[in-house]
Amino acid sequence: MLRFIGSRLLRAVITIIMVVTFAFVVLRLSGDPAQIIMGADAPPEAVDAFRTAWGLDQPVWVQYFHYFGAIFTGDLGRSMRDGRDAIVLVVERIPATLTLTLPALFIKLALGIPAGIYAALHRNSIIDRVLMIMAVAGFTVPSFVLGLLLVLVFAVQLGWLPSGGQESWRHAILPVVTLGIGGAAVLARFTRSAMLEVLGQPYIRTASAKGVSWRDVVWGHALPNAAIPTVTIVGFMVGSLIAGAVVVESVFSWPGVGRLLVVAVANRDLAVVQCVLLLVAATMVTANFTVDMLYGVLDPRLRSGARKAGAH
Amino acid sequence: MPEAPLQVATVAPPRTKQPLPPPLVMFGIFWLSLMLFIAIMADVISPYSYTALDLRNRLSAPIGFGGTWLHPLGTDELGRDVAARLIYSIRTSLLIAFGATIIGAVVGTTLGFLAAHFRGIVEQIVLALVDFSASLPFLILALAVLAFFGNSMVLFVCLLGFHAWERYARIARGLAISAGAQGYAAAVRQLGATPWRIYVRHVLPNIASTLIVSMTLAFPEVILLESGLSFLGLGVQPPETSLGSMVGYGREYLTRASWILLAPAITIMLTTLSVSLIGDWLRDRLDPTLR
Amino acid sequence: MSNDAPLLRAEGLTRRYAMRRGLLGRSVEVRAVDGVSLTVERGRTLGLVGESGCGKSTTGRLVLGLEAPDDGHVAFDGSPMPPPGSEPWRRLRARMQMVFQDPLGALDRRLTIGTQVREPLDIHGLGDAGTRGEKVASLLSAVGLRPDQAARYPHELSGGQRQRAVLARALATDPALLVCDEPISALDVSIQAQVMNLLVELQERLGLGMLFISHDLRAVRQVSHRIAVMYLGRIVEEGEPDAVLQAPAHPYTQALVSAIPHPGRAGTRIVLQGDPPNPADRPTGCAFHPRCAAAVARCAVDSPSLKARDDGRLVACHVAHGEVDALKRAA
Repeated sequence: MLRFIGSRLLRAVITIIMVVTFAFVVLRLSGDPAQIIMGADAPPEAVDAFRTAWGLDQPVWVQYFHYFGAIFTGDLGRSMRDGRDAIVLVVERIPATLTLTLPALFIKLALGIPAGIYAALHRNSIIDRVLMIMAVAGFTVPSFVLGLLLVLVFAVQLGWLPSGGQESWRHAILPVVTLGIGGAAVLARFTRSAMLEVLGQPYIRTASAKGVSWRDVVWGHALPNAAIPTVTIVGFMVGSLIAGAVVVESVFSWPGVGRLLVVAVANRDLAVVQCVLLLVAATMVTANFTVDMLYGVLDPRLRSGARKAGAH
Repeated sequence: MPEAPLQVATVAPPRTKQPLPPPLVMFGIFWLSLMLFIAIMADVISPYSYTALDLRNRLSAPIGFGGTWLHPLGTDELGRDVAARLIYSIRTSLLIAFGATIIGAVVGTTLGFLAAHFRGIVEQIVLALVDFSASLPFLILALAVLAFFGNSMVLFVCLLGFHAWERYARIARGLAISAGAQGYAAAVRQLGATPWRIYVRHVLPNIASTLIVSMTLAFPEVILLESGLSFLGLGVQPPETSLGSMVGYGREYLTRASWILLAPAITIMLTTLSVSLIGDWLRDRLDPTLR
Repeated sequence: MSNDAPLLRAEGLTRRYAMRRGLLGRSVEVRAVDGVSLTVERGRTLGLVGESGCGKSTTGRLVLGLEAPDDGHVAFDGSPMPPPGSEPWRRLRARMQMVFQDPLGALDRRLTIGTQVREPLDIHGLGDAGTRGEKVASLLSAVGLRPDQAARYPHELSGGQRQRAVLARALATDPALLVCDEPISALDVSIQAQVMNLLVELQERLGLGMLFISHDLRAVRQVSHRIAVMYLGRIVEEGEPDAVLQAPAHPYTQALVSAIPHPGRAGTRIVLQGDPPNPADRPTGCAFHPRCAAAVARCAVDSPSLKARDDGRLVACHVAHGEVDALKRAA
């Protein structure tokens, strides 16, 4: 078991290192980091001071280590637009984003998973077909189109809900619904195929033939086994809690992390971009690691850890 | 109920006709063919150039909503014909999607083969890259790269190409390893074939159908990604136009002239829907073992 | 290229694998092949017999150079075997070929067998477009297939026909050595005899040297000029087929031979005691001693080497060489 945890932890660490390296390499490749981070109008002395402060006149691998150090102390540079620390800017927007993504995650789980299970259990019935058509429609429609259509209908034509901004809780309804529907559709399809694959396994037939009631077969055998791959995708969704709303926030002018990122990219405000990148990677890696640990609990094959001799 | 006596067949049964695809898939095939036709024949069938201004007829509505046949789908805020822009946008979006999907498939398959062939450190590097790729939502990665490098069209297509490379890499690696261990690839290797011959003439044709199914599943994702990025103003830049950027520009006129936005939006929806339906159907037919 | 040197000589071949066992992942070394030496003469067949897991397939691969041995070396026609995958190795393939156990797996299901039989000619650039077609037709006839079957796909043929196709492909470049690894195990019994006869006939006609690997003692006897018996990665007995089958010297061979059903034969069947051999858990001394009825104290300590008896038979057994009696007398 220890080996398992250890190897997964190692993978997580290596992935983080790769992301940091990626950010570093890309930053260096895209031009003079000092100039970029300080901004085009910064006076030359300030740029030079920055350069020495960041050790940019030193060999590359020294810079690399400094970069690592800087990240762990949270010193990721200042935003070009208002001069504040990038990390502060990003972190203060997290609550706004979570206001959208957490309820949306709930919707995805509450709608998507039961729909997928139901469709799988009643395969090829009318309900299954309808649900799957809706699911396919749900994730082939881009989120910005869905959002804008909802705005068109509910805000413009019907005037029930506001179309943008963050003033009241009512402003959150349309964005949450937009996010929720798309994710629910993906989850429904995925859950359905996971369930179908499990239901087609011989051990399900055996359990049923043993006289176990269908209900118990589903709850005791099918669902737990189908949960395993589903956990992966839910983990992915959890990992994107911070950055999953990029487009939707832009559609609804919602001041969250996603919107900050888009504006930063448009302005080439690299400190902010880099900060979001690292934050998202950290969240994802943590979520994936948690999923791996859950796997270890859920899947007994991984728990025992021992390999049989001769299994080459 | 008395059973009829068993008939022994003396003649081979006639070949069963290939069943027609279900109606939705037929619609998907039709729509996709229409899109391809439009994309290829854009220069011929477009009534105007996509940058042509007609300021006198700014913001005119489409046919049936008070407009004229001069501009059947209406015009935008600069008097540019929506139908013309739609036609060229379809071409741009499809080109980008094809290019990106092919780039991703080629890069992914090659890396997968390299990992399978050399094993050892090469395989570990490829697997680490796969992990890295799966650790970030692609949109974030793309945004970061666009921020750092700007967005020329070539860079954009290459960038989008990388969004699903790890799927092809996993497929290619897995199937190449199993072919090499026990099967035909090992047999051909010991005939004296060079690795190139083994992979290109034997492994690749055998895994092609699985790869193609993966490509059809990735294609709509590229369209969605491209249109999302273009919508945000970070993808296709003017004067080029794509479906996503049309939606982006049409957003300001959502209340006054919603047709500017609706035409491309509906096109995006129907196109991704069509490719998804076709892809699902292909997958069920070609490779029932795939999830 | 001297004609005195045997076609193939392998000496001291050893192949080890590392395997993990247990929760904490102790690494255990498994010796699939442990110091195997053998010779194949031109135009003669050496049969290699043993149960599953004894290392005979690995030996076949080492002999062909498909894997590099951890110890020992292989010489083909007097020259050392090039490393696997290298260019000289690839060119050498034209002179030595392998026939696999699973003919369906060894064929590419997307290509006709005509194309696949022709492939070695394409790879090694033998003949030109016209003559290659004729060669394919003659190869197919030689293995008992009709030339028109060249247009068929592997799944359209029966198991026996597929194995014939694989044989035809293996013979395309007129190799001097053929290694057959359980070539008939996957076939129906009635077909097995046909394929065996084909192998014998081809060898006589073409002067092939063959290494015939199987667990079926009778099949090996039919084709071989010499037999070697393997147990847990080592050769324990070697000699003329009839002699070995009628008067096996090693206790393991005795058990194998006694297991062959023979109508009307009296003789008791020797049933081996103890667990089947596990290469990861090799016993000390002689690997066979836990299951051997004739084992004595020395067998658990000293590993016997393969030595010649007076009658020319090679045996790796203390008891068979009469060394035990000497010890007993001394005690």
